[in-house]
Amino acid sequence: MMHSPPSRTPLRVAITGGTSGLGLALVEAFAARGDHVAFVARDGERVARVAREIHGSHGIVGDVSRKEDVHAIALQVGGALGGLDVLIHNASSLGPVPLALLADTECEDVEQALATNVLGPFRLTKALLGLLAASARESRAEGSRAVVVSVTSDAAVTPYARWGAYGASKAALAHMSRIWHEELAPHGIAVVAVDPGDMDTPLHAAAVPDADPATLKRPRDAAREIVDRIDRERMTRLPPRPGPRTVLPPGSET
Amino acid sequence: MKAAARPVQRPRDARLLVVDAAGRIAHHPRSALADLLVPGDLVVANDAATLPASLSGRHLASGAAIEVRLAGRHSLAADDIACFLAVVFGAGDWRMRTEDRPLPPPLAVGDTLALGPLAATVVRVVVAPRLIELRFAGAADAIRAGIARHGRPVQYAHIAAPLALWDVWTAIAAQPVAFEAPSAGFVIDWHLLERLRERGIGFATLTHAAGLSSTGDAALDARLPFDEPYDLPAATVAAVRAAFERGDRIVAIGTTVARALEHAAARPGGVRAGAGIADNRLGRSTRLGVVDALVSGTHEPGSSHHELLRAFVDAATLAHIDAALASCDYRTHEFGDSVLVERSVAPRCGYAEPRSNLKTATLASRLGKVRTTLPA
Repeated sequence: MMHSPPSRTPLRVAITGGTSGLGLALVEAFAARGDHVAFVARDGERVARVAREIHGSHGIVGDVSRKEDVHAIALQVGGALGGLDVLIHNASSLGPVPLALLADTECEDVEQALATNVLGPFRLTKALLGLLAASARESRAEGSRAVVVSVTSDAAVTPYARWGAYGASKAALAHMSRIWHEELAPHGIAVVAVDPGDMDTPLHAAAVPDADPATLKRPRDAAREIVDRIDRERMTRLPPRPGPRTVLPPGSET
Repeated sequence: MKAAARPVQRPRDARLLVVDAAGRIAHHPRSALADLLVPGDLVVANDAATLPASLSGRHLASGAAIEVRLAGRHSLAADDIACFLAVVFGAGDWRMRTEDRPLPPPLAVGDTLALGPLAATVVRVVVAPRLIELRFAGAADAIRAGIARHGRPVQYAHIAAPLALWDVWTAIAAQPVAFEAPSAGFVIDWHLLERLRERGIGFATLTHAAGLSSTGDAALDARLPFDEPYDLPAATVAAVRAAFERGDRIVAIGTTVARALEHAAARPGGVRAGAGIADNRLGRSTRLGVVDALVSGTHEPGSSHHELLRAFVDAATLAHIDAALASCDYRTHEFGDSVLVERSVAPRCGYAEPRSNLKTATLASRLGKVRTTLPA
């Protein structure tokens, strides 16, 4: 029921942190079904390699935690895709590596976690909001929405010791996503926070070096779930738009 | 008028000079815009994001320092990013008034311009010595990355501090295709959009590659605005047609919106969704087909934006507007105050008829639709 019809228009999708882990799996998943994907990552060589390997993807070098990079990223996303239907905030900072008790965590590590996990998604959502709103206005007739996904974690909900910088920043991201959703729903933009679970990714390896990969979720499985979720969110029925016709002219009976 | 010298899109004290269809002038805080419109109105804005279109570098043949300002493009297509119309200056930057900028070295077809990470070739000298067509080398993604990282927003000497992209992107900025900010749209924030919706006022967008407002060269300035590509979304066309059929007003935020909508309306078949290139000029002899009111910056007499107001009001009203802006110390330039001008009801052909019927007469054919009944 929820699967897209075969003749659907390709989605225009932007993904941060797209050269490894879940981000790379998302780039692959969208590209495999013919969607147009722009991905962002810091390392120029890895960006170039992924863009070469995944046909039709657009690689953008940038750091979402840097204020100076955000509009340059947004410019390249809009230019390359010619619009934007889906934005996925996937890039994450763990804070201190190895993980540390909050009392042993440097302020700079907390700042970095907040910059990547909260401020970056905030700024990038703002910079790309015009594109998302334009997509929503254009597809409103078909009843579909633009979608923003924030990748969060159960650490945003459960207070795990040693996950302070990461957990607090992801909690902020999740809550901000809920507020974005309240404010943007009338404009046809859904904002959702998604916890993909513990995956076999470089970030997880940095946090829990001795974890057995066999016990962890594969990023491609998590990516498929997120793609399905996005398809569902896009087609979720919109509230009727109060148009000019519903407004009584001045002086009429109420 | 004095120049607004600080890059604040919505200063708290921004003002709006309002001219109604009878030519009467009133002064309002600009934040009241949504309350000055009426339910049923359709507001149309330009959602173009602004490119960092100023690229500094060198003319390799002479070794001379240059500044290239991208100024035009054939289309808004994502892969059509190599060829641009451009204005070239000699050494220096925005801190010097454009009129005082030194000329670039003589430019010839085939010359290479090294612009940070970008390499461009002069393809055509359109108007020597400044206006050229250039072609960037490389793949589309690399060209976009080069412009994004090396370019700076085009700016002028009335603002001292260097502008960042966030200074010039409107709150609704979408596709990066404008060469200068569509600055009438600085009036828009998301609170305004909320107010419009609450009041039953429609909102739609088009994307128009707003061009340079000045080149510092009188001969080139006389050719402004250059041809500007635009894109009209189907949802916007539907909203424009619906507003027209209801007899409601269409309010353009910015001269680029007015230019694009009037261009689209004048094409055979009327306003249709899709791409177009606005090569029209709005002015004294324009008979407006679609746009009923315009929100614009305050413009000095002599500029093309000021001339455009003649499409909305007669010479006497425009003189009143100019006098009111001057005597009440309105601020000018892109971060300045604004005007809301409704087109005058007095038809140029000298007969008076009710406004809605006048609209019908001018619009029916342009919208490609024959009316069988007149609006009540």
